[in-house]
Amino acid sequence: MRTSPTTSTTAPGAAGPDATKPDTTKPARRGLLLRMLPAPLYAGRARALLERSAMVYSRAWLVFVSGVVEPLLYLLAFQVGFGKLVEEVTGPGGQTMSYVAFVAPALLAASAMNGAVFDSTFNVFFKFRYNKTYDAILATPLGPLDIALGEISWAVLRGGLYALAFLGVMTGFGLVTSPWALLLLPVALLVSFAFSAVGMVCATFLKSPAQFDFVQLAVMPMFLLSTTFYPLSVYPEPLQYAVQCLPLYHGVELTRGLAVGVLDVSMIGHAAYLFVLAAAGSYFTAKRLARLLLR
Amino acid sequence: MVEAKALVKRFGDFEAVRGIDVQVRKGEAFGFLGPNGAGKSSTMRMIASTSPRSDGDLRVLGMDPDVDGPRIRARLGSVPQQDTLDTELTVRQNLQIYGRYFGMSRADVRRKATELMEFAQLSERADGLVDALSGGMKRRLTIARSLVNDPDLLLLDEPTTGLDPQARHMLWDRLFRLKAGGVTLIITSHYMDEVEQLCDRLVVMDDGRIVAEGSPSELIARYSTREVLELRFAPGEQGGIAERVAEFGGRVEELPDRVLVYTGDGERALEQVHGRDVRPASSLVRRSTLEDVFLRLTGRTLVD
Repeated sequence: MRTSPTTSTTAPGAAGPDATKPDTTKPARRGLLLRMLPAPLYAGRARALLERSAMVYSRAWLVFVSGVVEPLLYLLAFQVGFGKLVEEVTGPGGQTMSYVAFVAPALLAASAMNGAVFDSTFNVFFKFRYNKTYDAILATPLGPLDIALGEISWAVLRGGLYALAFLGVMTGFGLVTSPWALLLLPVALLVSFAFSAVGMVCATFLKSPAQFDFVQLAVMPMFLLSTTFYPLSVYPEPLQYAVQCLPLYHGVELTRGLAVGVLDVSMIGHAAYLFVLAAAGSYFTAKRLARLLLR
Repeated sequence: MVEAKALVKRFGDFEAVRGIDVQVRKGEAFGFLGPNGAGKSSTMRMIASTSPRSDGDLRVLGMDPDVDGPRIRARLGSVPQQDTLDTELTVRQNLQIYGRYFGMSRADVRRKATELMEFAQLSERADGLVDALSGGMKRRLTIARSLVNDPDLLLLDEPTTGLDPQARHMLWDRLFRLKAGGVTLIITSHYMDEVEQLCDRLVVMDDGRIVAEGSPSELIARYSTREVLELRFAPGEQGGIAERVAEFGGRVEELPDRVLVYTGDGERALEQVHGRDVRPASSLVRRSTLEDVFLRLTGRTLVD
């Protein structure tokens, strides 16, 4: 999102005489893709929403500590507990690996998902339904797409921080064996992006806090079934196709392969799937916000 | 500043605004007076470019909200009916981030926030959270926030609803200062005293339509008499009174709790009423207000 000012052909109209007034009438420059969207949806200032989130969390930075504690607990449980029962499994490319090394990258993807879903459903819901934060923002030049991109970006940034913590803990446990593992970070960002975009669309449909159970109902099975804890080959064939439809499955395929450095052309497909989800989620979030708030 | 022709707003089958013509000039304070549900807020939202019109023509600051929404909003200040302050932020942060939404620099918003907190008399609460403020303070902060971009046009939707008299007068004082500073104001209200105090010109709205237009004194002169005699009776004794006192005023209105006699000279009418052996429990002679104009035009009171 570039916000550098450009020369614009704004008609001055009845502009006030105050010369010191900041020129807020200039639309920021928009990328080609965003220029195709109708102007009232997007002012090119999604960054202001990020700034807002940073302000809010500057007082609540403690929540980020959970980002480090969570992977630590998980990996300890699998290393010390589970690892005693299951010593070796067949990982990507047919190589044998310890169970904890098999599970860790999948958990990284899952934690990116969880963080993104929490941020984009719970947090967004309250701003949207109760605090009327977005109503206030839409009275400024910002449009619904600024809100969608700004809020999703925050969820992605947060997901990125958690992923970084996870990666650090994994390295500490000696579970990172390939330099390709550095790519786990962008992959985690992509997973966050996809899930926060879709989560935010869902948040606009929620009517009461009780309905968050539906979110759990979608996230929990995905966490358990998306080959997080065992390979796809465990499932009978028809079920395999169903599992391959789950977004988290694609995230896990990417992280698991990269963690041990087994690359594969199919990874492009996995990434594309997540990217399409992210783009569609962002677009429909903006649409929904426009429909609900700009009536 | 604003020009509307045959402006219509529909929500499904419901027509909230049914074809209104409005013109607001630079530097004036313009009012929309009407009861709840008259279509004032829908009109305001269309002018604020946060609600697309259903039909008709609308120009705000010379631009079409459907095309130039963001550019119009950049030069507007908006005080919505319900406070939409950011409850996760402090007073100062509310003002600062709002300036950032308008694309102002960090240095500018810091300076502006300090200045506006002074204006709204909230400097002492600068670093407190918004939730801890009183209703009047929140309202002042909302108005301060709407000024962060030095708007050419300020929209105030029911700015003092729910405030105590002292808080209202303080707000009015702030609005007078803004007007003196050249800001064009558009105010909706269902309080006639508010509109009478603040507005140079107003339209009276009822049921989505404009029923009258003019300055407060013009409207009173055109639709009411100089004075009003209010007669209150003990419960059950009001029956038939309206007919008996009808001849003392140009017009008589009977409300559930009182009888209003419209006359040029209230004291004389009261003497005449007493002479006719009508004994109200209490009586009051007062000047006509916009409330009387509204009653005349719609047959209903503004605030039930």
